[in-house]
Amino acid sequence: MISTAFEYQRANSLDEAIKKLQETGGRGKLLAGGHSLVPLMKLRMSEPGILIDIARIPGLAGIREKDGKIEIFAATVHHDVASSALLAEKCPVVAETAGEIGDPQVRNRGTLGGSLAHSDPSADYPAVMLAVDAEIHLKGPKGWRIVKASDFFQDLFTVDLAADEIIGGVQFAAVKSAGYAKLHQRASGYAIVGVAAALDVKGGVITSARLGLTGAGSHATRMTNVEKALAGQPLSAKTIEAAAKIAGEGIKHVNADIHASEEYRRAMIPVFTKRALEKAMARS
Amino acid sequence: MATTTPVLPKLVGQRVKRREDPRLIQGLASYVDDIKVAGMQYLAFKRSDVAHGRITRIDTTAAAAMDGVEAVFTGAQIAEIVPPMPIGTPFPSPAHHAVAVDVVRYAGEPVAVVVARDRYVARDAADAIVVSYERLPAVVDLEQAMTGKPAVIHKDFANNLAVALVPGGTGVGADYSVDDTAINKAFAAAEVVISQRMVNQRLAPTAIEGRGVLAHYEPGRGTMTIWSSTQNPHILRTMIAAMNGLGQDQVRAIAPEVGGGFGAKINIYGEEYVAAAISKKLGVPIKWVEDRSEAFVATTHGRDILGYIDLAAKRDGTVLGLKLRLIADIGAYNMLLTAAIPTLTMLMANATYNIPAIRVTLTEVFTNKTPTDAYRGAGRPEATYFVERAMDMLARELNMDPADLRRKNFIQPYQFPFATQMGAVYDSGDYEKCMDLALKNAKWKELKAERDAAKAKGRLVGIGMAMYVEVCGLGPSSSLPTGGWEHSGVTIERDGRITATTGASPHGQGNETTFGQMLADQFGVPLEHVTILHGDTSIVKQGIGTFGSRSQAVGGTALHLAGGKVKAKMAKFAAALLEANEDDLVFENGRVFVKGAPASGKSFAEVAAYAYVPVPLPPGLEPGLSDEAFFEPANNTYPFGCHISMLEIDRETGEPKLLKLIAVDDAGNLINPLIVEGQIHGGLAQGIGQAMIEEVVYNSDGQLVTGSFMDYAIPRAIDFPRFELDFTCTPTPVNPLGAKGVGEAGTLGSTPCIVAAAVDALSEFGVKHIDMMLRPEKLWRIIHGGKS
Amino acid sequence: MAQISITVNGKVRKADVEPRLLLTHFLREQLNLTGTHLGCDTSQCGACTVLIDGRSAKSCTIFAVQADGAAVTTIEGLAKDGQLHALQTAFWEEHGLQCGYCTPGMILSAVDLLQKNPKPSEQQIREGISGNYCRCTGYQHIVNAVQRAARG
Repeated sequence: MISTAFEYQRANSLDEAIKKLQETGGRGKLLAGGHSLVPLMKLRMSEPGILIDIARIPGLAGIREKDGKIEIFAATVHHDVASSALLAEKCPVVAETAGEIGDPQVRNRGTLGGSLAHSDPSADYPAVMLAVDAEIHLKGPKGWRIVKASDFFQDLFTVDLAADEIIGGVQFAAVKSAGYAKLHQRASGYAIVGVAAALDVKGGVITSARLGLTGAGSHATRMTNVEKALAGQPLSAKTIEAAAKIAGEGIKHVNADIHASEEYRRAMIPVFTKRALEKAMARS
Repeated sequence: MATTTPVLPKLVGQRVKRREDPRLIQGLASYVDDIKVAGMQYLAFKRSDVAHGRITRIDTTAAAAMDGVEAVFTGAQIAEIVPPMPIGTPFPSPAHHAVAVDVVRYAGEPVAVVVARDRYVARDAADAIVVSYERLPAVVDLEQAMTGKPAVIHKDFANNLAVALVPGGTGVGADYSVDDTAINKAFAAAEVVISQRMVNQRLAPTAIEGRGVLAHYEPGRGTMTIWSSTQNPHILRTMIAAMNGLGQDQVRAIAPEVGGGFGAKINIYGEEYVAAAISKKLGVPIKWVEDRSEAFVATTHGRDILGYIDLAAKRDGTVLGLKLRLIADIGAYNMLLTAAIPTLTMLMANATYNIPAIRVTLTEVFTNKTPTDAYRGAGRPEATYFVERAMDMLARELNMDPADLRRKNFIQPYQFPFATQMGAVYDSGDYEKCMDLALKNAKWKELKAERDAAKAKGRLVGIGMAMYVEVCGLGPSSSLPTGGWEHSGVTIERDGRITATTGASPHGQGNETTFGQMLADQFGVPLEHVTILHGDTSIVKQGIGTFGSRSQAVGGTALHLAGGKVKAKMAKFAAALLEANEDDLVFENGRVFVKGAPASGKSFAEVAAYAYVPVPLPPGLEPGLSDEAFFEPANNTYPFGCHISMLEIDRETGEPKLLKLIAVDDAGNLINPLIVEGQIHGGLAQGIGQAMIEEVVYNSDGQLVTGSFMDYAIPRAIDFPRFELDFTCTPTPVNPLGAKGVGEAGTLGSTPCIVAAAVDALSEFGVKHIDMMLRPEKLWRIIHGGKS
Repeated sequence: MAQISITVNGKVRKADVEPRLLLTHFLREQLNLTGTHLGCDTSQCGACTVLIDGRSAKSCTIFAVQADGAAVTTIEGLAKDGQLHALQTAFWEEHGLQCGYCTPGMILSAVDLLQKNPKPSEQQIREGISGNYCRCTGYQHIVNAVQRAARG
């Protein structure tokens, strides 16, 4: 398959990329790894007039710890996240989730920023960003802006990102007791249902919890009812079992396709919530 | 001269590594899209985006005006240069244009063609063609289609029946007269009857190399060269010549390196006819290469047959009778072999059992879907699946071990050749021996205990087994419209090297190696001195092609016979040279000598050289060492096997996981076990794929939902355990090699044995049968809703 | 048109290309390196796998312009000084291929895998080649080949 023709530009800094986005007046689209965008272009489901390549902007890739927080820059590829020693030690759920994306070649090229900006309803990253309560750092003509992951994912392929803004990276407090579990769609490998769970535990008691759900609806969401049910409870299999049971309750719209009906997807939410929580508990 | 020469090992039966591989592992092979001819232009097809509709308008002006576009053709314009496409079966069939003229009958059917300077421009131009349709209701549901609803697709085919009803089996005469006495008697005597509706779902063959064609008509010579990713270049040549008003001597068809076929590259497709005709019309080389998105709609699908099965038995497990009503969804048109594929399901309904009475009927139905045709196994996996599933259900009903039930009903070794109720004559077999080896290798008793222990812990683990027998080595000319022989030529060159040709054009089967092994042994020369040529009709004089697991059994035999003729002649030259009796000569270690006196002989090359400068010429001989043979088998071959699987289903999600696959296959004598194992592995992979993850899905509008690998799953490495293979060997008397064919075997036993394991795993929920594929949600519903 | 310079199998290749030209097509059509194959449109099958700066990548999902300045290794560049790469030899020895169409991509994925993990378990091998479809072999002989190459 072959995409429609486009004009190619390359940006060497975030500011230059922003300027180019402004100049193209909405016709421009950012290209980093291209592993969300290029397949759509080849199928002619996306026909951008101008591509602005941001993959070589210096300093836009990397993972580091800063002021007690983990920072992952937007152009970091999934493989580097999956194999990060820092993440393995401090916040394994993020590495685990990155390792669940696509296949080795896709992980060598696909980027965090691209995945978040694209916000496929069954992408893996959004769930874990919600669970670690990530701050997404966006740069626009007026400078930097920080959006909480819980505010960032808004609707189907829709995020809080203006046409002239770029994701610079994400920041989050490391949380060790967290896990990701997903039901694989057997052709694409995407999540039919994916749950990332993070627990703050003190003295054997869950002080707070955050759960991100992907695959089920139009976009990734937090499961606050489960979070509330867990908070203040002793960390135990029993607690997890009870809290997981209510996962998905109250969600109005749940996806349905040939791979999974709405009923099945709904039923899988508690299952994978439990599994994610079990992983989190095992890491606590 | 040295007194000791190294002894060349006998190669037949050895695990010889392939001679094809050096070019393939270095990226030095030439597939069709790797071939370029100066001045070639690219085709792109505008395809219908509706499943059923009348074309009301086609606007090609924007496309034709694009820079780099050479020509644009509508269906009506193509019809002027491409006649309706012929089929290879004797059934009545509606006209099928390579490019739709007025009505489109499946989503993806071509409606216009662009010729452009490169594939990018061609794609842009095809997208710029605007087509309007008057939509007609899409015929999607098979059984509804048989009532003529919601529409009749072809006007002369009432109720969408391509084949209304063909009866077969006990009491059915050659004139299709039907006598029900025996089958009625069998069912009247039954103490137990198993009845089940079973779906053998639609599949996409998906060779990793899609189809492609490069047609080069040279006006100055009046000849056509056509390269195509095909399993049978000689059939391609025949068809291209006929469709273009050329003689077969004026067409050269070449199958270059072919990246998998699996049956879907037997058919000669509209794109091939169109490329050839446009090349002839414009006088330029024309290339077309399929995208994967096109492949899902434009390359034939496989299977898609519904079976209503009734199995009558006594409570001791003796099978008395079998009824099988087959309804095949063949899609929108008949392709080359479409109509014949389900007849192979009929033929093999006897399976491995001595069943006193069988009645099979077959109906074929048009729907608004991509046409079906051969897919690895082609009709036989369907038969195996239906009968083996029913046998498994019977075993469950009778609370019998499934192996014991089979044992009770097998055709016995002394009964071969065995004439079945369906009209086949099974050549040879020892089913019990094969099954016993599989049971032993699987540790059947321990496997059951393992399953029981897992179940006791709440795990959903099941085991299943299945027997199969398939019809291979196709076949006598009476059974194939193309002729059922195969051809080979063998030439001893002047330097003693050997060049051989085979009409069995391979696409991954390794014939350059196996055929080389045979000739090296036959002539006692090193393998490196033998070259096997194939795939080019200007080099290979005649041929049929590679399908139906026939290349070794039929093509290999033709090679063996051609080699034998040349060897006999060479022996005469050697006899003259050595002043010996030709019957006393031995060909060994690159030498020809009198038995018992190797030192006295001549080198193979010396004898060859003499045959080309025969001074003096022995009386009664012509110079040269070259001959050919056609081998017409007297019968098909009937390889068989037993497959056993263990499977676990996730209680919470319904996800199935294959834990074990044990296979024992009997393909008669094996030329190269390494290659045979590869063939079995590949067949298993496709069978397991069908059982567990593959399914072509259409929505109610006739749109293909599984139109890419994002929605159509084929197995990855992580989907399989390590397969455990073994073999029994029951040679066939049908050919002198004793080889039966092995290419499709793996697809036969694997599907029923995996479904049997799934049913076993879920037995606590009272389920008796599960239709393929084992979609997690389907299994979850059984677990959580008690519904199948 | 865009100017690019890509080091392919150790040789610098400069060209003017249409931005939408896929890296696969650049390699195949302009450099005549036809060992890199195309098998799907959606980044699943892996037949187009090459190494970009040492890492396996699906060249059908990358525009040639994106590889500007990069070092690309294709199957044609794997053998050195007439010596087959250990994985090429292993695929040959273990009958890790049939039709051969997926083979170049499969081998390059295995190269990436063994770089990252020189002694992979069977499960790790199966996961490491999970971005490559093979329709012929059922993967078992491919797994054997990677194991053989890893044994050295």
